[in-house]
Amino acid sequence: MNQNQKLIELCDVSVSFDDQKVLDALSLSICDGEFVTLLGPSGCGKTTTLRIIAGFIQPDEGDVYFGSERINGVPPHKRQVNTIFQRYALFPHYNVFDNVAYGLRVKNVPKDEIKERVHEMLRLVNLEGLEHRKISKLSGGQQQRVAVARAVINRPKVLLLDEPLAALDLKLRKDMQRELKNIQKQLGITFIFVTHDQEEALSMSDTVVVMDNGRIQQVGTPTDIYNEPVNAFVADFIGESNILDGIMPSDYKATFAGHTFDCLDAGFAPGEAVDVVIRPEDVDIVAPEKAMLTGTVTSVTFLGVHYEIIVDIRGFKWMIQTTDYCGEGETVGLYIEPDAIHIMKKSEYSGKYGDYSTFSDEMEEINQIPEDAEDD
Amino acid sequence: MTEAKMKGVRERKSRTRKKGISLLLNFPYLIWLCLFVIIPMFIVAAYAFTTGDGTFTLENFKHLSVYKQNIIDSFIYALIATAVTLVLAYPFAYFMTKRSEATQRVMMMLVMLPMWMNLLILTYSIMNIIEANGIINNLLASLGLGRLQMINTPGAVIFGMVYNYFPYMVLPLYSVLSKIDPSLLEAAADLGSGAPSRFRRVILPLSMPGIVSGVTMVFVPSVSTFYISQKLGGTSVNMIGDIIESLVNRVSTRNLGAMLSLVLMVVILVCIMIMNRFSDEKGGIML
Repeated sequence: MNQNQKLIELCDVSVSFDDQKVLDALSLSICDGEFVTLLGPSGCGKTTTLRIIAGFIQPDEGDVYFGSERINGVPPHKRQVNTIFQRYALFPHYNVFDNVAYGLRVKNVPKDEIKERVHEMLRLVNLEGLEHRKISKLSGGQQQRVAVARAVINRPKVLLLDEPLAALDLKLRKDMQRELKNIQKQLGITFIFVTHDQEEALSMSDTVVVMDNGRIQQVGTPTDIYNEPVNAFVADFIGESNILDGIMPSDYKATFAGHTFDCLDAGFAPGEAVDVVIRPEDVDIVAPEKAMLTGTVTSVTFLGVHYEIIVDIRGFKWMIQTTDYCGEGETVGLYIEPDAIHIMKKSEYSGKYGDYSTFSDEMEEINQIPEDAEDD
Repeated sequence: MTEAKMKGVRERKSRTRKKGISLLLNFPYLIWLCLFVIIPMFIVAAYAFTTGDGTFTLENFKHLSVYKQNIIDSFIYALIATAVTLVLAYPFAYFMTKRSEATQRVMMMLVMLPMWMNLLILTYSIMNIIEANGIINNLLASLGLGRLQMINTPGAVIFGMVYNYFPYMVLPLYSVLSKIDPSLLEAAADLGSGAPSRFRRVILPLSMPGIVSGVTMVFVPSVSTFYISQKLGGTSVNMIGDIIESLVNRVSTRNLGAMLSLVLMVVILVCIMIMNRFSDEKGGIML
């Protein structure tokens, strides 16, 4: 493993299907041994990016490099990458052993070595003893493991994973997340993981690449992405956030919701219009007389760990997570620490996300994602 | 009675009722099956093991050795015709699945078109094209290339069979090939398979059930074919079907003809059983 050494590089890659731009001059470099997640809503181009690296799609414009070699036009079977497909694509006419052995047989590896390596792989994914099981007789989780073994046995430099956990139920998904992460650590190879599940992306990755509309919105560590989103899209897509219009009267001061706050951001022009992000968990509920802002509670939801309350402040509905119970209709005071305020430059996404007054509509949208999760 | 027991009784009752209904619904088919499939077979068998005046005999069976060569020839012709049909139909069906849906529909209709026309008429039209004074020979002659002997040759018989049974090969092949998930081919490519290896390791084994049913559907009627070989093969080819026809048409040899068709049926049955062995293990379709 050699961290910081570029393994895959996409330079200004564009792809269109039927005159519709799916990737728009996308540039991305991925280092050796990294766990990179491409994260974004359906149709953002994340699966297309993966398929370009695998060789199933050729870019219309731009270059793809593997190490120092340009690999545009190199067919998939000649690339040192392997893919775990969304619905696994296991061969139904082979049993577990033959599925896992496929890649080695194609390369004419000696029989004894195949046997040994298949068993080693099945041990790695905890499927020992199921060698002769038919694929149709396996559970979803077991099929997932066969898919991992079948890809990893070829000792690829890069493993591409196309929403591999989307078909599993929540509990199994959590287990597989941990297991995939462990496998990645053990093998020390690069994982490029595609998902629309932001929690999955944050918990597994070294680097998260947030995409929308065929463009990369932000690249960074999970903490960076969560704490320092670059624009309203990233702030809205990753976790919950209250995104407000604001003005920076001077460095370290931000005016929004009718109040001027101390903050930690600087470098904006005096009086510049900005987007302000405040995460729901960073707001403290205090007595109205000590508060910076006051508002009326319009809805309360108990979520176990905390309450999620919606507070109306001068017509803007905030979401706040608190462990203190507040009744509906109550007037509450809010206190916001300077480090809880994140300032972003205005972008094309400004003003698109609004407040939490349409909360239930948004929930419905989120719930629909897994059904049409299939990209492009 | 306890609740559980009562539930058990109710379930048993409804099960017997369901059985009754399914028997009732199947009844017409059972009658049909008896009347037109089982009874005729017994009649054929009865003829096969009797003489003209109805006494039991095994003479007919002993007589069959005369037709040994014809039986072997018929199988060889049928095998060649089946092999040619498979070789022609497989790539055709494969490339058909790669076309747009509209094109696939048009191609499918073109394949089926000859099936909607009477066999006799089709065979006569082929005769018209390939006979000594047919369309091809007239064209060749007008170009000053001389005439070819095409009709009344074994080649013409095989051509006739291939032409006739081609759709029966294309249909099952097309139906299995179009069901192969394209992501399996991507997975194979991803694991290092080039195009020939993808064909051998993924497409071919997954299309095996279609090959088996296509081969059966072409081979069986080819073995027992009679009209095509008479018209296109003339005296050069004597297929077992033609012999059975001529034997059965004369009262004096009807019992022998019955024995010959009975034997042919058994041989075909054995062939099908052997073939189904191939698709059996892979969970393929049965005929």
